[in-house]
Order: sequence, then structure tokens, then C-alpha cells
Amino acid sequence: MTEITSFPQGGIGQVHGRALILRGEDIDTDRIIPARFLKCVSFEALGNQVFEDDRLELGGSHPFDLPVNQGASILIVNGNFGCGSSREHAPQALMRWGIRALIGESFAEIFYGNCLALGIPCATAAAAQIETLQESVAADPSQTWDLNIHTKQLQSDIGSWDLQVESGPREMLLTGRWDATSQLLDHQAALKRTMATLPYLNDFVVSVQ
Amino acid sequence: MWDLHRVAELPGGSTQLFVGLHLIHEVTSPQAFAALQDKALSVQCPERTVATVDHIVPTINQNRPFADPLAEEMLSTLEQNCAHYGIVLHGLGSGSQGIVHVIAPELGLTQPGMTVACGDSHTSTHGAFGAIAFGIGTSQVRDVLASQSIAMNKLKVRRIWVDGQLSCGVHAKDLILHVIRNLGVKAGVGHAYEFAGPAIEALSMEERMTLCNMAIEGGARCGYVNPDDVTFAYLQGRLHAPVAEAWQRAVAWWSSLASDANAAFDDEVKFDAASIAPTVTWGITPAQGIAVDETVPTPDSLALSERSIAEQAYRYMDLEPGSAIEGLPVDVCFIGSCTNGRLSDLKAAAAIAQGRHVAKGIKAFVVPGSQQVARAAEAEGLDDLFRTAGFEWREPGCSMCLAMNPDRLDGRQISASSSNRNFKGRQGSSSGRTLLMSPAMVAAAAITGQVTDVRTLLRNDCTPPGISH
Repeated sequence: MTEITSFPQGGIGQVHGRALILRGEDIDTDRIIPARFLKCVSFEALGNQVFEDDRLELGGSHPFDLPVNQGASILIVNGNFGCGSSREHAPQALMRWGIRALIGESFAEIFYGNCLALGIPCATAAAAQIETLQESVAADPSQTWDLNIHTKQLQSDIGSWDLQVESGPREMLLTGRWDATSQLLDHQAALKRTMATLPYLNDFVVSVQ
Repeated sequence: MWDLHRVAELPGGSTQLFVGLHLIHEVTSPQAFAALQDKALSVQCPERTVATVDHIVPTINQNRPFADPLAEEMLSTLEQNCAHYGIVLHGLGSGSQGIVHVIAPELGLTQPGMTVACGDSHTSTHGAFGAIAFGIGTSQVRDVLASQSIAMNKLKVRRIWVDGQLSCGVHAKDLILHVIRNLGVKAGVGHAYEFAGPAIEALSMEERMTLCNMAIEGGARCGYVNPDDVTFAYLQGRLHAPVAEAWQRAVAWWSSLASDANAAFDDEVKFDAASIAPTVTWGITPAQGIAVDETVPTPDSLALSERSIAEQAYRYMDLEPGSAIEGLPVDVCFIGSCTNGRLSDLKAAAAIAQGRHVAKGIKAFVVPGSQQVARAAEAEGLDDLFRTAGFEWREPGCSMCLAMNPDRLDGRQISASSSNRNFKGRQGSSSGRTLLMSPAMVAAAAITGQVTDVRTLLRNDCTPPGISH
């Protein structure tokens, strides 16, 4: 596990660091963090447990164990990454290991939202582009990259790649409002208006208590 | 329905949506409550929040304190949080505890036209009532606790139209495994799956819940079925359902919600129910399924994009491409979960188990989805029927669906499981193997000790004597 510097905070315009590759389609959140590690009331210990079973199976040759990848912060994956369970423990485990951004062909929806809620951008690109990007990273794992959320580009000394970052999440990352609580609490009056018009809270109100 | 719940438009294009029912449990809520305390926030609508305990409870001895101190700590934390914020907890002694997606419908909490959120991906289950229901992560649980609302992007709707009727021995579980097999595990990303057509209208509410439960396994965050008379009949008389004149007003509104036959959808896929056979997964994703009389697909029969994960699955499952799935020996048989832990699921399994016995060397157990399901099953004698047949009869919980409790596979054991996920390591052993199938198919596997076409064990017709459906 790499040393944690600090978790994301404030506006996130750029993620700078080395990249690591984790190949495979449909990598589910049970693999990212097996269920036995969900028996906790805090997320703190999860960084050491990320991909525990996959890493055991590969006996040290898993990308998260390779010495060259220690300290990397940009994770390059393939399609439908993070499918399955809604456990936020998955992005928490990745974040606590040191990941600050993901790039892949596609992400499962709940996982994507969980990452955003932690200030971790998930950028996408077409399958062929991901493949050449993975080859570029593999050719020199020690090179550093800049993921620029403003320009939606990934850059290094050897070139620049255009990526997609959804407009809503991009806006939230840039303005630092990815931590949605305060934004949601800004609309108390509107919330009350909505509640006052919903039939099931008014016309046939039944308490859940 | 979306517009009725809209609170505000948020910068960047997402919508702030009011959450009508927030369900919480012990696994994804403790960190959310801790975050609330850190920010000195309170719970906006404790009266719209309902808690239960399901993932970590043992199914054999539920006496407190639990043998596992971590499980005990999670439940005590939930109890403290619920007491502190005034949230109703359907706890172990309540008579109404159970898997969150089983208890909310059976208590009449889930109703058409509601938005339902829960820190669990199988929240899609509640869409069976014509609700917008979706799973969320812990940060979003915090947001919903604090604001009773959530930032969401509008989903596209794919209508899955199913003609015809399911055949004898074929259940909603087979239908959804068949759908996911055909559409894949990621086709639903960005979509809600609306199930419609004659075959869907003919399904009971419990079967519709099974269907919507697994929409998420196809990548769709929400499942949905139009509310109809089947929905209303299920709800009438339940604890939290409206009564008297309020019931009439509710039914009038609910009836107005159904999308009409000519409604426009983002796209539509059609299936024929009559052509579907009992379906079993052979691999490590819920899309890797085949009819019980088919063989494990060979790489050349698969799309290029499916071959790499298939290769992983052959190795992990230790199955040869081209080999039969029928006759594959199993070690453990699990009936239960939020997918198939309801009374009709237990009855379908009991119909197969009745008068027969679990094969030698097979561990078979039945875990009711809730205390209410358990009591209803016991009232019909299903507990004795199962015990006589060599099954264990357990207390309610999530059990071996995800092995956050003592129920788990050991080593390379193979389970026949009525749960929803066959991911590597899902059932608690990092090399354990899972075959997903219907509860009736699990019962058939338990009786014969191997994957078996349940249709060969049916008597006369679908419902043997003594078991009313």
C-alpha cells in the first residue's frame, strides 16, 4: 500500500501522477473489495484489502502488488468496471490505496457515482483508445501523466489523449461541489414544496413508523 | 413521476430528486451516520426512513451478542443510530425483521409512484411496484439522510417486452437469467429496464420482484413494472398500505401512473416466454447462463468481446467448453436471498422436496427472506416438510448470498444457489463456485446431488398435491 498523502478535497481540475493498468471486462466490486471486509463501521482499513483475493491468487504479480506500480494514482481499466454491489467500500479501498482518478471504456453507474462522491474522476474513452493508452503506460510505467478535467485530456511527455468526462460530474469536480450534501441542503424551501404536492404524502398519507 | 419528485435542477444538468422511502441497513449506513455527525447535520425525515438488519445476521443462532464481534458492533451501531435519530428499526426481536428488499414490500412500505433509495444495489427490486427505486453508495446514504433527496441523472428506459407464458417448471428467475444472458451485464448501464407484456402481467408480485431484483445484474440501476390490479391486490391490507377512502384515492393515483401501451421508449427488446427453459449460470457473471439442457458455450460460439471473460470462467469454474451442465455434481444448495427468499419461492422449492430426500453428502439449507416469510411458511408446515426432506430450516437473513455472516462456501465447493451473483469469491470462499438458478432448480439439485432439469421431477402438473400455489 502506498502512503496516503491526502484525500481529494475542494475543486479538482487535475490529477497528476503515474498510471497503472488493470486489464479485464466486468471487474465487479466483490473483487475490488470482498464482502468479508465490509464488516466494519469505518472505511479506514480498506486500503490494504483492495483486490485481496485476486492478489492472493496471483501471488505478488497483481498490478496492485508490482513494485513499479507503488505510488501510482491513475488507474486504467477496461469496460463495465465496478459492476455489481453498491458498496462504496470499493472506491474507498481504491482511494485509500492511492488511486485518485480512473480511466476506462465504461463504468457501472453506482460505482461511478460513488467515485464522484469521493472526488475521484472517472473518465472514459473508446475501447481501441484504452488499449493503445494501456500499451503506452506499459511501455514506461515510470512516466507521469496529467489528467486535466478542464480540457478532458490525459497528457504526458509522449502525447496527449482526448477523453470524455460527463458534463455534470465535470462541473461538480471543477467547482468542488462533488460533495453533494451542501448543494442538496441549499434547496430546503423547494424540498418542502415538492413534499407538499406528492399524493402519497398528502392525499393518502401513511406513516412508515 | 420523475417531475413530481423534482426538487431542483443542479448545476451540470443533474436533478435533485425527493426520496419518498429511504431504507437503511447495518452495512452501508454506519459511515454515513458518522459523516452526518462530523458535519453536525441531523436526519431530515426520520419518518420516511426505515431500518432493518440483514447482511451480517447469523441464520442459526441469533442470540446477542453475536459470536462475531464485528457483526455485533455493526448491529449495535445501527441500533444506536436509529435510537438517536428516531428511526424505526425492524430488529431481530420485532417479528418484522428480514432482508430489506423483502420486508419493505411485505409491510406495504413500497408503493407505486414512490422514489425508493437504499444503500444496496438490489433496491431495483422495489420497481416491481411501479416505483422508481435505485441503489446508492454510502456518501449518498449520508446525502439522503441529511436532505431526503439525491442528485440523479434521468435514466433512459428500455422496454423488455415478454410475450406468451412461462412453461411449467420455468420461473421468473429463469426469465431474468435468460434476459441477462441475451442482453449482457452492461447493456443496461444508463437505463431502467421496464418489464411489460402478457408474460409479465401474468406474474405475481413476488415473481415481479425477482425480475426487477436482478435488473442491476444486467447493468440497469432500476427495474420497473407498471402498477396494475395484481399490485393493488398485493398491497391491500398490508400494515402501511392506505385504508378506506385513502385506499380509493391511492388506487386512483396509482392507476394513473402506468405508462400506456403506445408510450415511447428509448428502445425495446422482445422475448418469448414459452421458449425459455430452466436456466443455470455456468460462469462468473450472471450473463454466463445457459438452458439446463444446453452445453457450456465454446469460445468460437461467443462474441469476440465475451471470450476473455469466458476463458477466465472456464478456468475458475473448472468447466470444459462444450460440456453438459446437467449432471454437474454440487456440494451446497442454498434457497433464500432478496431474489428468491419469499413465500412463493419456498413453496416452489418445497413442491420438489416434498416426499423426497436430499442426496447423501449434500448440504442443503433454506433461509426465509424475513421473519414474516418464516412464520407464514411454518404455518403451512413448510419447515417440517423441508426438515423431513433433509434440508436445514434457518432464521432470516442474507445468508450465503454474499457471506458476510457464518454461511459460506469452503474451498472449491460448488453451490446451487437461488441468489443473484456468481462473481468470483462471492459466497465467501475465494475459490468457491456458484451456479445461479431458481429455488425449484436448487431443490432439484439438492435431491439428486447434481444439476438437474427440475421438469423431470415435476409430478402431474406444476403444483403437486398438498402444496397450494
